[in-house]
Amino acid sequence: MLLRRTGTREPPVATIAGMPLTTWRLTALGIGLVVLAVIPFVMKNFYIFQITLAIIYAIAILGLNLLTGFNGQFSLGHSAFYAIGAYTAAIMMDGFDIHYAWTLPAAAIVCFIFGFLFGLPALRLEGVYLALATFALAIAIPQMLKSSAVEHWTGGVQGITIIKPDAPFGLPLNSDQWLYLFTIIVAVVMYVCGDNLVKSRTGRALIAIRDHPIAASAMGIDVALYKSLTFGVSALYTGVAGALGAIAISFVAPDSFTFSLAIALFVGLVVGGTGSIPGTFFGGLFVLFVPNIAEQFSKGLAGAVYGIILLLVIYLMPTGAAGLVRLISSRLVQQGRAGG
Amino acid sequence: MELFAHQILAGLATGGIYACMALAVVMIYQAIDHLNFAQGEMAMFSTFIAWQLIQWGIPYWLAFGATIVISFAAGVVIERVVLRPVHDAPVLSHVVAFIALLAILNSAAGFIWDYTIKSFPSPFGGGAFLGQGLMSKHDAGMIGMTLAMLVLLYLFFRHTRIGLAMRAAAANPESARLAGIRVGWMTALGWGMAAAIGSVAGMLIAPVVFLEPNMMLSILLYGFAGAVVGGLTSPGGAVIGGFAVGIIENLAGTYIPVVGREMKLSIALCIIVAVLCVKPSGLFGRPVVTRV
Repeated sequence: MLLRRTGTREPPVATIAGMPLTTWRLTALGIGLVVLAVIPFVMKNFYIFQITLAIIYAIAILGLNLLTGFNGQFSLGHSAFYAIGAYTAAIMMDGFDIHYAWTLPAAAIVCFIFGFLFGLPALRLEGVYLALATFALAIAIPQMLKSSAVEHWTGGVQGITIIKPDAPFGLPLNSDQWLYLFTIIVAVVMYVCGDNLVKSRTGRALIAIRDHPIAASAMGIDVALYKSLTFGVSALYTGVAGALGAIAISFVAPDSFTFSLAIALFVGLVVGGTGSIPGTFFGGLFVLFVPNIAEQFSKGLAGAVYGIILLLVIYLMPTGAAGLVRLISSRLVQQGRAGG
Repeated sequence: MELFAHQILAGLATGGIYACMALAVVMIYQAIDHLNFAQGEMAMFSTFIAWQLIQWGIPYWLAFGATIVISFAAGVVIERVVLRPVHDAPVLSHVVAFIALLAILNSAAGFIWDYTIKSFPSPFGGGAFLGQGLMSKHDAGMIGMTLAMLVLLYLFFRHTRIGLAMRAAAANPESARLAGIRVGWMTALGWGMAAAIGSVAGMLIAPVVFLEPNMMLSILLYGFAGAVVGGLTSPGGAVIGGFAVGIIENLAGTYIPVVGREMKLSIALCIIVAVLCVKPSGLFGRPVVTRV
């Protein structure tokens, strides 16, 4: 098949309305970034805060996506890494008076080590067994944070209250606006790194392991090493999100990091689209806003409304928001070809 | 030594609950090939139906039978209405559908029957069966019922045509369809049976933990754990796994000093993970062999 294309004819570029797909993608990205940049100056503080949280969730979901979407390992325990990141930041700020910006790399390193070490035994487990192991982690972490052995550091059930940072350099921003911008900057860095990782040689190795582990190892990929490394990187992303979350909410307590957080991240991943990087952003928004919307419909039946919304989303977009976008754009491309 | 024996007995009693749930978990795993997170809430909802029937003055065993029939029908309906449309979606989307189902059932039960704790009658009476407060008659009855269900399931799966068809449909849908098995209906039947077994589990568990919409959350965790330790492919293994989890949990709470009551769950789960690292397909499960 490949040999036939040796002539000078280029494969046709996929276009919608005369514009190549890559241009469409760049335009969408540009518009998205402009909208994100404008938000803090036109919205109320409460909404700015909520969108900050949604972006933080999106980073955590990106971490989960690297593991599940690109490497095919299933995790129900990412609330644990989120908690470790959050507590790293809180303990550093509260106990050692360290500037909040330095807590992020620290949380990243701590979570990477935790994730990597957890990834080692998890190597032997697959599918539901891995789900159970990570699930055990999600259950165990809040209980460990409460235990008397570490109470001096973690503050036990009470948790730790930290001070919300103000804008530096005398910028004319309130703390919500500054935190929003700070989160956006971190998010952009994390997304660019994530995108590069996935498109690199390493990223192709991850995808190969997901699609066919035996073939991947036959091609010389060190499956065990890459799998544990992915666990580490995935935990790193989620841990940075956790640290950001702790700074934004300026409070950490064991009961904020229960299994329901792990479920929320997982739902965000699937709704956004597994294996899609822009999809995680949609996942973050979904995780934050849909439960609130469900509650506005009916207080008593909030859970049922949430469940029904979730089912409808799965019916309408079985492969997530990213899958829907992909489907629509490929239809449009085909229409364009048929028409012109 | 006496303390040890007592803890084993108490572990067996709580293990009976987990074994019951583990059996329902394995049942649906056999039919649909993944874990159903809504299993606990389905059992809880069935138990509320039984409670409502008993409140209306229907005798216990009649209500018991009626609940099993209703749950079976409801399980089939759930499969046809909720899961059939996402049949071709990726596995992860199925898991999200289970989570949605969990949220709906939990919230609906709370809305209909509210969140106050209700007591549920036991058919076996509440007296002591062995020792003082170690194993009640109800615990013994529950263990007996679980073992009876296990035997019935074994006979059903090994010695009836429809049981064989169900196993075939779960193990290899394409080949099963070529052999003339209606795979879709087998899956629906599996859901019905899982719901029915879950309802029995719920009705047996409810006298111990009391009836309320969140009663099943932690029990389902232990049920999963038991099922996975025993091996998801083996109903008998799941029951043994359930008992093992109950015993481990009790022993860890008694003998490991820092653990105490609060950390029991984490310890039990950690031990399970350790077991899985040594034997990834569970103690009694068959390792999955795939052709490359």
